[in-house]
Amino acid sequence: MDLLTRFREGDLDAFEALFRQFQGRVYAWIVRIVRDPGIAEDLTVETFWRIHRARGRFDPGADFGGWAYRIATNLALTRVRRKRREEPLPDDLAPTGGRDPDPALRREERELIERSFARLPSRLQVAVTMALIEERPYREIADMLGIPEGTVKSRVFRAVRILRKQLQGMGVHT
Amino acid sequence: MKPEDREQEEVRAALQRTFPAGETELRRDLWPSMLRRLEEQPGPTVPWYDWVLAGGVLAVAVFFPKIALLFAFHL
Repeated sequence: MDLLTRFREGDLDAFEALFRQFQGRVYAWIVRIVRDPGIAEDLTVETFWRIHRARGRFDPGADFGGWAYRIATNLALTRVRRKRREEPLPDDLAPTGGRDPDPALRREERELIERSFARLPSRLQVAVTMALIEERPYREIADMLGIPEGTVKSRVFRAVRILRKQLQGMGVHT
Repeated sequence: MKPEDREQEEVRAALQRTFPAGETELRRDLWPSMLRRLEEQPGPTVPWYDWVLAGGVLAVAVFFPKIALLFAFHL
């Protein structure tokens, strides 16, 4: 009997083998989205707990990794949304007045970019994090999120437009 | 370079300055945490409407005990 069939039937050793095979990759994916190692560890365990709980519905012929990444992505997105609700963003964002070598102004510019980024819808945040910050290929992002490659591209395009508009409005020159 | 590509490159540079690539490698084995989480796993939870239904059945049995005879007749 293969590993996935044994896992589906509740074999803890099979689950452990799958856990050990995928924990690093699932963690790496989550930490890229939530950008906090402690939270990413918790969410990795939560992802596998949900996988274990839903094992009876798993088709052993299906892609275990894809399933795990989709659960992980949903948990990470929920976390990003909750964080945004818990930490409301102030509206009085002061402009920096453009490029300046002064470290204090650079820090202020970074804060403005962080706030603009945090204002993006969470789906756009994930797309832009993966495509522009982590520089993952569009194909890989699409597979992980379970959406077409074209949708990833359009999310990145929309996010870039929104970010650029917001930052220009604040006087930050990208 | 097309204007939208240039725009994207500028935003990419700004984001990478703001969010430098972090460590994505897992530093410890999470299996012990996973085992603890599995041990904490609660038993099957009973939804609230099942409790309401059970309460209703109990109330009927208490206030109208003779109804049990009606059910017994149909068995």
